[in-house]
This record gives sequence, structure tokens and C-alpha cells, in this order.
Amino acid sequence: MLHALDRKLLRDVWRLKAQALAISLVLACGVAIFLTGMGMVRALDATLEDYYNRQHFAHVFASARRAPISLLGDVEAIDGVQTAEARVVGSVVLDLPGRIAPAAGRVISLPDAGPTLNVPLLVSGQYPRKTAQNEVAVTERFAAANGFRPGDRFAAIADGKRLLLTITGTVRSPEFIYTLPPGGLMPDDAGYAIMWMPHTATAGVFGMSGAFNDLTVKLRRDANRQAVIDAIDRLLAPWGGVGAHKRDLQMSHAFMQAELDQLRNMSAVLPPILFGVTAFLVNMVLGRIVTLERSEIGLLKALGYRDSEIAMHYLMLATLVAALGVCLGWAAGAWLSSGMSHLYAKFFDFPWLVEPHAIDVYAIAGLIGLASAGIGALRAAWAAAALAPAVAMSPPAPPAFRRGVLDAVSGWLRLPQTAMMVLRGLLRWPLRAAFTSLGLSLGVAILVASNFMLDSLDAVIETAFFKSNRQHATLALAHERSLSAVSDARHLPGVLMVEPQFDLPVTMSVGPREKKLAISARPPGGDLARTLNVDEQPITLPEKGVLLSAKLAEHLGVQPGDQVHVTLSGLRKGEMILPVAAVTQQYIGIGAYMRLDTLAAHLGEAPRVTSLNLWIDTDVLPELQAALKTMPALATSVMLTDVRKSFQDTISENVRINTLLFLTISVLITIGVAYNGARIQLSERARELASLRILGFTRAEVSTILLGETALLAVMAQPLGWLIGAWIAWAMMAGFDSDLYRIPLVLTPQNFASASLVTLAAVTTAALFVRRRLDKADLIAVLKTRE
Amino acid sequence: MSVKRAIQDIPAFRTRGITKIYGGRGTAEVRALDGVDLDLPEGELVVLLGPSGSGKSTLLNIIGGLDHATSGQAWFRDQDLTAMTDRQLTRYRRDNVGFVFQFYNLVASLTARENVALVTDVAPNPMRPEEALALVGLQNRQGHFPAQMSGGEQQRVAIARAIAKRPGVLLCDEPTGALDSKTGTAVLAALEDVNTRFGTTTLVITHNAGIRKMAHRVIRFQDGRVVEIEENETRIRAHEVTW
Ligand SMILES: Nc1ncnc2c1ncn2[C@@H]1O[C@H](COP(=O)(O)OP(=O)(O)OP(=O)(O)O)[C@@H](O)[C@H]1O
Ligand SMILES: [Mg+2]
Repeated sequence: MLHALDRKLLRDVWRLKAQALAISLVLACGVAIFLTGMGMVRALDATLEDYYNRQHFAHVFASARRAPISLLGDVEAIDGVQTAEARVVGSVVLDLPGRIAPAAGRVISLPDAGPTLNVPLLVSGQYPRKTAQNEVAVTERFAAANGFRPGDRFAAIADGKRLLLTITGTVRSPEFIYTLPPGGLMPDDAGYAIMWMPHTATAGVFGMSGAFNDLTVKLRRDANRQAVIDAIDRLLAPWGGVGAHKRDLQMSHAFMQAELDQLRNMSAVLPPILFGVTAFLVNMVLGRIVTLERSEIGLLKALGYRDSEIAMHYLMLATLVAALGVCLGWAAGAWLSSGMSHLYAKFFDFPWLVEPHAIDVYAIAGLIGLASAGIGALRAAWAAAALAPAVAMSPPAPPAFRRGVLDAVSGWLRLPQTAMMVLRGLLRWPLRAAFTSLGLSLGVAILVASNFMLDSLDAVIETAFFKSNRQHATLALAHERSLSAVSDARHLPGVLMVEPQFDLPVTMSVGPREKKLAISARPPGGDLARTLNVDEQPITLPEKGVLLSAKLAEHLGVQPGDQVHVTLSGLRKGEMILPVAAVTQQYIGIGAYMRLDTLAAHLGEAPRVTSLNLWIDTDVLPELQAALKTMPALATSVMLTDVRKSFQDTISENVRINTLLFLTISVLITIGVAYNGARIQLSERARELASLRILGFTRAEVSTILLGETALLAVMAQPLGWLIGAWIAWAMMAGFDSDLYRIPLVLTPQNFASASLVTLAAVTTAALFVRRRLDKADLIAVLKTRE
Repeated sequence: MSVKRAIQDIPAFRTRGITKIYGGRGTAEVRALDGVDLDLPEGELVVLLGPSGSGKSTLLNIIGGLDHATSGQAWFRDQDLTAMTDRQLTRYRRDNVGFVFQFYNLVASLTARENVALVTDVAPNPMRPEEALALVGLQNRQGHFPAQMSGGEQQRVAIARAIAKRPGVLLCDEPTGALDSKTGTAVLAALEDVNTRFGTTTLVITHNAGIRKMAHRVIRFQDGRVVEIEENETRIRAHEVTW
């Protein structure tokens, strides 16, 4: 049997269903996002850890030009090293059947004793035989994208040699959960293959017999990482070592961590906002209910109900609303997580689907949801418990309106009485008005942030592809060549313009700060690959000195006019002191730029070339691509037009999902706040408004008074929303500031305008619902009941 | 003197020097009660008369455990109400007191039966809600909400709610104040019935001097003091009350 008080509870919830639902949806949104964010973070963390452990993912990675295999023993002897593995890796161009454009490939040697680190996980077929010359295992994704099965063959051009390779099996590797092709910004399953080939064959192809050029190391638990890295650097230095690094610079791992960071940020920022709004709404609505039910509370006390029972009654009301929100949030979160884990399966190559549903995360999300509603309900429940029974029985004193500045101003402005009612209503509960406005402004801010993301990525694309890297294609050469490579390239079919580039691996340092990177040297006045100043205007390379990207300059702590110390790595030995001529703007990666002849002079040699930037006649692209497939000295070719397209496609898909998410959040918050605010005003003013109607005011006039306050608050919320949105955008920009990516702070008037339009439309919708209630209200009934 | 007799000699309510002062500190002080000494014997129907503002409701609130006196003492049987904490007062109300107010004070979202159940849910030895409603002649209106009933019917629901817990005392503040003579009579009849049937000490505040003839005892109030107590030799029945 339900107690009478419980029945009252259920009827109250039912009576308030629209308001309760509006609050529940905001809460559900918070729960869902928290659940998805935390669930995915936990699941990804666990999956990575598991995968890394099972496949023995290395801790330290290093490469060299060519180191003798005997060096491996020295590496293993370093204190802290548990296992070390020497490999030969090399780049190849692939000529795939049915594909016009050349594809890129990376060959990794399989140690004769079988791999002990970064062990590829066999998906189908088998590993190539140790003695086989032309057998490879390839990534499952590459095979699937091209329809390859074990036994199929394709051609590869390695170091100018054309090989016919047979696929023996398909694999996955913890080193390549996320893989970017050379020069690419998005994964390209069909166009980029990772291949594992027996050691002897690989060494033969790349001329590395008795040598290695890639080193991976697993550390003991107690190892001093930095000491090991320094020791490895010392060992490899004579052999063209370009610097050992930890997992944080391993591409696949770095991208996974970036993704995890983004998820953590999402669940640290959005849910608190939504939980906060929930608490505010519960507080506002319950506060009003307690005021309305003042005499009923007094009655319950007179009947002998305890304060705690009465407080509990109102807490339960909030709990029911929260329970609904939590359940909806769980359902939405489960759906969102599943969608997310499928999206991850598309971008990341995991051996098993990331399972995001953990009971305890659901429990935590539910508890936080209940707690936020509970916190919102505390004040009202406390007020109900604290009401003295005798006071509660007598009707409340009419609210004290005071004449004040407002009256002076209005007398002066000759404001109509209806406007006065709106303004007095605002000033009567200034705190509530302020919070309502804040709630509405959060809706605006979230949209501003979402629009900012779009605009900013557009700016990244504009800067990266249309202002700086304007070439159609980049050819990376297998070996350094003299400038004659330029005239060779010009003879390729369809090539209209060729600009050379020389990438020199170095360590740049200023005092204790240092960075490993490549200096890109180009001829001055190039028209394809250009450098931009901080205002994104192209600048010519200076005769003396080096240009640093802003992020790099910041990392080294230098400004134009300062000097950087440059230590050559790779096969060249030596050091240079270079003045920083200017700082450049670039959003993807970091960079240092010099004139080709200046760098050659510093090195004391004739200018060399490692890659060529091409401007081509796209009508004859197929012929060019055919020629590239057989070009002997080519390591890889990158079609920048394709890179741009895949970048834009991927981003536009992600942005669509994000925009939808942010739009939902913003609209739910806006409607939740506006609807509940207007409903409470309706309840407070019902009597007043009914009297006006009886005095002969029209429905429209009466609604104006009621909705005028909401409209005023909504309008006041806009500038604040823009401000908060701009601040969130700034925080996002700061949060994205890594060596991999940066995003510019782009805030356009269109952004603010569209955010405002959407939220004002949502407010209007909410207001119309309340107006419909007002129109249906029974005037007589309102006047008969006593407050 | 037997033990039983001794217990019956203890009055239902006894007050000594009860004073209630409102306001002060800035606003003008109001002496709502100014040293009230009263003994209300068990089982009587007592009518409290007096001009508006004379302190009737204030006294009722204090002996009903809804409010604290500024000074003085009040006992319910052998319990000192003025020494009780809020928690103890709640217990006292829950176990002993039935209230009926001028404006019915029904919970709008509960039916007649449920409004009564509100009390029977928490009382130690209640009647069934149906039974209490039958006592006030509303057995057929159990499922009706307050908005679907007349004022007199609502007030009778309130009386049913007050008596359903079998209270030791029934405190009624202008129970007929908002009613016409016919419905008012029905309400008075219900009160009279409870008083005679269960011997419930009943205190009724009213502005209707006609009602005083129903009472065992009539107490007259003025300016926060008792000015006259009169015991009726003969009492009239509820339906004989003139308005
Ligand atoms: N909360 C309060 N604050 C200040 N003064 C109060 C308060 N409650 C009552 N009073 C004052 O105490 C005095 C007694 O009030 P009380 O309600 O007891 O009168 P009453 O005899 O019941 O009158 P009525 O017949 O009009 O109901 C009045 O002067 C009233 O103004
Ligand atoms: Mg009174």
C-alpha cells in the first residue's frame, strides 16, 4: 500500500511532468557524456595496456643510418634494458594491381629468431618463411582495403629495385594502431602498407647486411628512462643515430594519448556544466513548489509529520526526477558509447572491439546524477523542514515591492505599466534572474565553442593547403641527390613546376632546451611550399639565419634576433650557430626553414635535395602516376590534393557528429532553463495575470508580461554567452596546443550570430509552450484558490 | 480517592501565565497573550470567543504544539508542553492532537480518503480512513479531490482527518468560519458527535456566539487575557444553533 504522502509525491511529479522532463533531459545529457567519456577512457586505457603487454610493445624507439649488428649487445648491456631488438626498416613504393596512383609502403624486418618486441598479431595466413626472399605479412587493414588474401601478389619498388611480393599472412601490430602514411594527415588503409619481411631478405633489399637502422627497447620496471635514452643516443651517434625517444613520440601511441586526452577533457568540461544546470533547475523549481505548498507543509507539521519526513518528501521529488534523468542518461550513454567504439574501430586498428560498458562507471555516473539533483534540492528541502508550523499556517505576507531607482527611471522614460511589471519581477528575485541568464548563456557558449571548432579547422586547412603547401604532390627521394634531380623531375609527364627541398635531421638547442627535428631548406622565392609569417602572409626565406615555427620558438624560448645551437644528426657531423630570422605560423607539426644555398654553405657542400614539390597538369595525372611507379630513386610520393581531401572528409564527418552533440546539449539546456523559468513565473503571477484578464487585458497583452521577463533574460544572456564561448574556445585552443597540432583562435561575427539565433529560437519554443498553458488557464479557478 | 479518579482529575490542558509577544526589535511589540491561566477538563466541548486579534489562535497554536510561548507554562495532561523540543512537540501532535482549520487545509493533490490517510499513515492507533469519513457522512465521496467538493464537505473531510487518529484533543480554529448555516450545522454536528461518542476534549474557536450554547464551557478572550469563563447548565444540540 502506498502511503498518502507517497501518492502526493507521484501526483506532484505527474503534474510537473513537462518541467521534470526538461530537467531530466539536461541531467541525462550529463550522465550520457560522463558515461561515454569515462567509459571510453577506461576501456581504451585497459585495451591499450592489455594489447601492449601481450604483444610486448617497446618503451624506447631509436633509428640510425646504419649501425653494425654487433652494437645490439652493447645496447642490451645498458643498465635498465630488459630486451632490445634491432631491425631494418625501409620505405618502398607500391605498384598495386588496379590502382593508378602509386601507394606507399614500409618494410619492417622480422628477426630470424622471431620478433620479441612489438610482436605482430597474426590475423590470417602465416608469417613469411625465414629464408624466403619475396614473402611478406601485411597489415590486415591494407589487405582488406585492397581485397588481398594470403597468396596474392603485388609489386614494390625498393631502392630502385622492383620486387614481386607474395602475401603470406595478415597481421595487426601495437606499433600501428593508428597509422598515418608519409606526408598524410589521415589514415589511408588502401594506399599505405606496413609489411613484415624476414630479416635476411629485408637487409638484402636495403643493403643492410650485418647492420640495422631501427632499434626498439623494452625497459625493466626500475629503469631510469632518460639514462637509457642518453646511453642509446651515445651508442648510435657514430652510426647516424637521430635520437632515441619514449613512447610519447611514437606516432600511434601519441595519437592514442591525444585521443584519450580529448576524451578526458570532454568528460571534465561538459558534464559538470550539465550537472550544474540540473542542480540550478531543481533548486529553482523545488524552491517554488515549497513556497506554493507552504500551507500544506504547515498542515503536515500540524498533523505530526517530522521535519525529516517533510524534507525527505521534497528530496524524493528531486530524486524521482533525477532517477528518470539517470535512466535516460544510461540508455543514451550506452548507445553513444557503442557508437563511439564503432567509430574507433574505423580509425584505430585494435585486435578486439573496445568494450566501453563497465558497471562501475554506470554506477558512478548514476550517483553523480542523483547527487547533483540532491544538492539542488537541499535548499528547498531545508526550507520546508525549517518552516515553523504556526507561520506556515498563516498566508505568506505579500512580497515586498519597493519603490526605487526603477520607478524614477520609468517615470522619466514613461514606461507602460506592463513593462514595469516585467522589470519589477526581475528585480524581485535578482539571484534567480542572474542564474537563469547564466544558464541561458551557457547554451549560447556551447554553440559558440562548437562553431569555433568548425571555423578553426577551416582556417587550419586554408593555411596548411591553400596558403603554405600549395603543391599538388611531393616526391620523397630514397637518397639525397644533387640539384640535377630537379631537371629530371621536370621531364616527368605533366609536371609544370618543380621546387626542391632538403630535409636535414638536427637537434636544435638553446641552453638546456632542445628539440629534435628536420630543417627544411628550400630555394628562396618558392611559390609552392611557402612559409607564412604570424599574420599568415607569405615571407621569403632570409639570406641568413633560420625561420622557426611559433611553437618551436616557444619551446626553445627564442625570439627573432636570438641564436639557436644546431647539432647535426644522421650521417653528417658538426654543429652550427644560426640566428633566428623570424617566426612562422603553422598549425600542423613544427618546423624550421632555411634557404637551400645558405644551409649548403654552412655545411660546406653543394646543395642537395631530399624531396621535390610539384605543380602538375592534373589532366595527365594518370601518366605521371604510372611514371612514378617505376621511378627508381623515389621513396614515396604524396598527392597533397588527396591528403587535403581525406583530411576534409574525416574532419567534416567528426565535426558533424560533434556539432550534433553540442547542438543537443545547448538546446536541452536552453529549453530546460527557459521553460522552467517561465513556468515558475506563470505560477507566481497566475493570480495577477488572471486579474488583468478580468480587467479586460487581452491574452496577447498578458502573455507579453509573462514572457517579457524570459525574453529580457534571454537577450541579456547573449553577450555573456559570447564571452563564455570565446573563453571556452580559447581554452580549447590552449588544450590542443601540441607538437602534432595547433588550432587558431577564430571567432567570427557569424559564429556569435548563429549561436544566438539557435538559442533564441529554443527560448521562443519554450515560451510558446508556456503561453499555451496560460491561454488554457481557468481564470475563475485561479482567483478562488488561496495562495 | 481511587487512582482512576486521580487521573481524571488532571485537566486535559492547564496553562499558567502563558504570554506570547510578537515582534520587538524594530517593529512594535504585540502582546498576543498576556498571562493566560486556564484549566480545561478532560472530555469537555469548550468554546473560545473573543474579538479579532484577541489571541485565540495564538493560544490554540501553543497548546496544539505548533508554536512556543514567550513565557509561562502549559501542560497537556501531565506533560509540560513549554519544556518540549520541536521534536517532542511533533511527537505530541502526532500522538494526541487533531486540528481543524478555517480554510480546510486539504492537500489539493490527494483525494478525500488519501487526505485522511495522511494522518492514519503516521498515527499509532488510527481508524481506517473509510470509517472516519463515514463518521462525518462522507462515505460516498472517498475518491473525490478537494476541488470537487463544497466547502462544508471539505471541512468535514478535515474533521474526519482530525478524528481518524483517535486524538486526545480536537482543536478547531473557526471550523465554520467559511460556511453557511446549513453546512456549518453539519460540521458542528460532526464535532458534537465525536465529543460525545469518544469523549474527545474539543476546543472550538468561533465568532459565532450562537455556538457557545453547545459548549460545556465558554471562555471569553480580550486583549490576550481571559476575561470570563462560563459553564453551561444546559446545552443545546448542534442543529439547534442559530446563526
Ligand atoms: N506572526 C505574528 N507576528 C506579529 N504579530 C502577530 C503574529 N501572529 C499574530 N499576531 C498578533 O497577535 C495578536 C493575536 O493574534 P491571533 O491570531 O491570536 O488573534 P485571533 O484572536 O485568532 O484573531 P482572529 O479572530 O482574527 O483570528 C494579533 O494582534 C495579531 O496581530
Ligand atoms: Mg484566529
